[in-house]
Amino acid sequence: MASKNLSKEFEKIVGKSNVLANEADRFAYSYDSAVLAPTVPKMAIRPTSEEELGKVVAFCAENSIPMTVRGAGTNLSGGTVPDSEDSVVILTQALNRILEINREDLYAVVQPGVVTARFAEAVAAENLFYPPDPGSQAVSTLGGNIAENAGGLRGLKYGVTKDYLMGVEFFDAGGELIKSGSRTVKCVTGYNLCGLMAASEGTLGIISKAILKLVPPPRASRAMMAVFDDMRAAANAVAGIIAAHILPCTLEIMDNVTINLVEDNERIGLPRNAAAILLIEVDGHPAQVADDAETVEKVLKSNGSVQTVTARDAAEKSKLWEARRKALPALARRRPTIVLEDATVPRSKIPQMIDAIGAIAKKYDLLIGTFGHAGDGNLHPSILCDKRDANEFSRVEQAIDELFARAIEMGGTLSGEHGIGTAKAKWLERETNKATILFSQKMRRALDAKALLNPSKMTAISR
Amino acid sequence: MKELKKLADSLKSLDDKIVGCMRCGTCQSVCPVFAETLSEADVARGKLALISNLAAEILTDAEGVRERLDRCLLCGSCQAACPSGVKLAEIFLQARALNAKYLGLNPLKKLIFRCFLARPKFFDAAAKISLPFGRFFLRPDGNAAGTVCSALLKISGGDRHIPRLPAKTFSQKFGEVDTPAGESGIRVLFFPGCMGDKLYASTTEACLKIFAHHGVGVRIPTGLACCGIPALASGDTEGFGAMEAHNLDKLGAENFDYLVTACASCTETIRDFWKLHAQTPSHKKLADEISSKTLDISQFLIDVLKVDSRTPPHSNCEKKERITYHDSCHLKKFLGISEQPRKLIKLNPRAELVEMAESDRCCGCGGSFTLTHYSLSRKIGQRKRDNIAAAKVSAAAAGCPACMMQISNMLALNGDEIKVRHVAEIYADSLPANQPHP
Repeated sequence: MASKNLSKEFEKIVGKSNVLANEADRFAYSYDSAVLAPTVPKMAIRPTSEEELGKVVAFCAENSIPMTVRGAGTNLSGGTVPDSEDSVVILTQALNRILEINREDLYAVVQPGVVTARFAEAVAAENLFYPPDPGSQAVSTLGGNIAENAGGLRGLKYGVTKDYLMGVEFFDAGGELIKSGSRTVKCVTGYNLCGLMAASEGTLGIISKAILKLVPPPRASRAMMAVFDDMRAAANAVAGIIAAHILPCTLEIMDNVTINLVEDNERIGLPRNAAAILLIEVDGHPAQVADDAETVEKVLKSNGSVQTVTARDAAEKSKLWEARRKALPALARRRPTIVLEDATVPRSKIPQMIDAIGAIAKKYDLLIGTFGHAGDGNLHPSILCDKRDANEFSRVEQAIDELFARAIEMGGTLSGEHGIGTAKAKWLERETNKATILFSQKMRRALDAKALLNPSKMTAISR
Repeated sequence: MKELKKLADSLKSLDDKIVGCMRCGTCQSVCPVFAETLSEADVARGKLALISNLAAEILTDAEGVRERLDRCLLCGSCQAACPSGVKLAEIFLQARALNAKYLGLNPLKKLIFRCFLARPKFFDAAAKISLPFGRFFLRPDGNAAGTVCSALLKISGGDRHIPRLPAKTFSQKFGEVDTPAGESGIRVLFFPGCMGDKLYASTTEACLKIFAHHGVGVRIPTGLACCGIPALASGDTEGFGAMEAHNLDKLGAENFDYLVTACASCTETIRDFWKLHAQTPSHKKLADEISSKTLDISQFLIDVLKVDSRTPPHSNCEKKERITYHDSCHLKKFLGISEQPRKLIKLNPRAELVEMAESDRCCGCGGSFTLTHYSLSRKIGQRKRDNIAAAKVSAAAAGCPACMMQISNMLALNGDEIKVRHVAEIYADSLPANQPHP
């Protein structure tokens, strides 16, 4: 269908102001946060109700128009970059209502475009807690969090987005409304389609509504920082904390490169010679927190922490966390381009992984700073480079290849929380096997015969 | 087409600044325009992508890109929040200048910038004629904000309410000001700005009262031009250059320890933009020197005069007036001034400072943005008004006349009984009225 006629048809569904078909708008939806080449879509459509969303999907299905659903566009693996110039981008940002926060049954019902941090605030105002806190939470949407199964800093103790997904409604590739899960803790009515939609990356359906689990907020918390002059000692301390049966709500690590970059920018007095800094926070009942904090301090010291600081109040806690908050900005400011990876290994393998990253940086002559979630083995090796320098960027690509190979060798995974999209699709078979890819593709074809839902992503299917 | 090619080539010069954007999208969480439109092309990340694609000649709709770039308050929220430290305000100002150069400048803006703002004689003469006329035709709203309204204002976009015009501009009333340094040993050059001279003369008078009280000598020459921000924000670097050159020539002949203004936008422009645009080596030298001496009134009073440590702690007043403070973008996000105005308000024993939610969220004025994009400006302003109303105050204070004008309009539109005052006026109220005016 000609672009002009297509616009008219969509205008009938969502109104003129929500059909974004001029050149400037189309270019604005050609990218996401991944370091990938853009693809300019045919147009972007912004439904303002679940009903409109369903009509848009049904119209695309009838007319065989490929669809890429997009929340805030903070995807780090290219899942929201349009597949081709024939694609229509479906925007969820105007579906941004929190429909219900239930204090008796501890759940909330949301539309997919609600911003994660706004939701967490609204939940906190009801004295409840929604733990998943991906790094992009100030802008990311809950629909996107579900589609990517987003993690965050609290993964070790509280889990990730899938652990809070009680129910979901979505439109399938034909525009039919599908419902799964419920407002109850227990529900075995049919397939667990919630599980299937988590990390589905816009390939199985377009989420229109979700029921999310809420938990009571912890009544107390305590933050600590520990400095190590040896990475292995830091890793042993992490293992020691878990072995002592303590699950900190956050257990973060920063390597020497990151420490120095933060210190270069901020001058907050971080130890430049340290091999690693651990930032640990325990939460829960006040008595338990006091107990746990004491144990953690002991474990840190017995594993050779050269300096341990415990925050005594909120202001000190905020100061301790300053270094971690500034990690990504410090890394991002050093060079024009930052390639932020999320290869994840079993936590006991963190020292080997840090060693491997160091060796890769040396081999390819690259600056790589690593920080991340030590408690769950989810590291963020960040390659600092200039994508305009072809030579350097080809070394970056080789380094990433090797990084994933090493992570998989250690029994780890390609992606802890950023997703596969198009950026990591080529390594998927190496972590799994051919049959796994074929299984996914057969499943997709069965549900999406025309290959309309984000067809080139994760396990690509062709039309 | 040839001009388009030149535009694309010149936009390439911005590439080194733009490439630092990691496209994280953090700007979405703070951009007041995006909050209303939810369009990626309206947020910094989108605008940068458009500039890059236009520079690379992949995208050809230059007018479409300009339209998007103009949908920006230049409030600096994105820059303040940007993890990568991208100099967004600088990029957007430069892109606007290149657009104006190759795509042309709005003729009305050109007339205003080049014939009035750069030529104080014409501007003053026009004000002299139009103020009494305006006072006659504009009907008072009879509200606490003291605004006026008229069908005549509808040409500037609907039902706008503006502050009641003074009978005379400050310079008409007082002419030149020249007092020697008193007990403080300090002499300041006070730059009233267009608004402080023609619309908010009372703010300038309040500043003079403060200076007199603290023994600060004041110099206000007549014939100063606009600081230039309206031209610069519209991409008219030529007009900006004329205003700057006129002012530098005037100020070069003056002796003063500090240049003080009561307008956040003037302060930012004089401190940070003049030195970037000076056209001759001698003007550059002078602009650098003036930049290092330029302070906002609250910064001068708190950081230099340290009036908070001189004023004896006041006894608790029975009947306090609840006042909330709005952080102007140019003060907080560009100049890093947020504590000083609050301290100044608290020095008035009758004032109780009540924080509103999102005090540093842009009011939606954005200079000429409110004229060219009134409905968007109103939506953004409504959020500010709602936050002010929720604070249950009888006055809203700010440190920038442009914000004051926007907030007055929003309060008047909502029928609120809330006054709008400059921080300096609130502080001046607490000082004895015995000193004669200059």
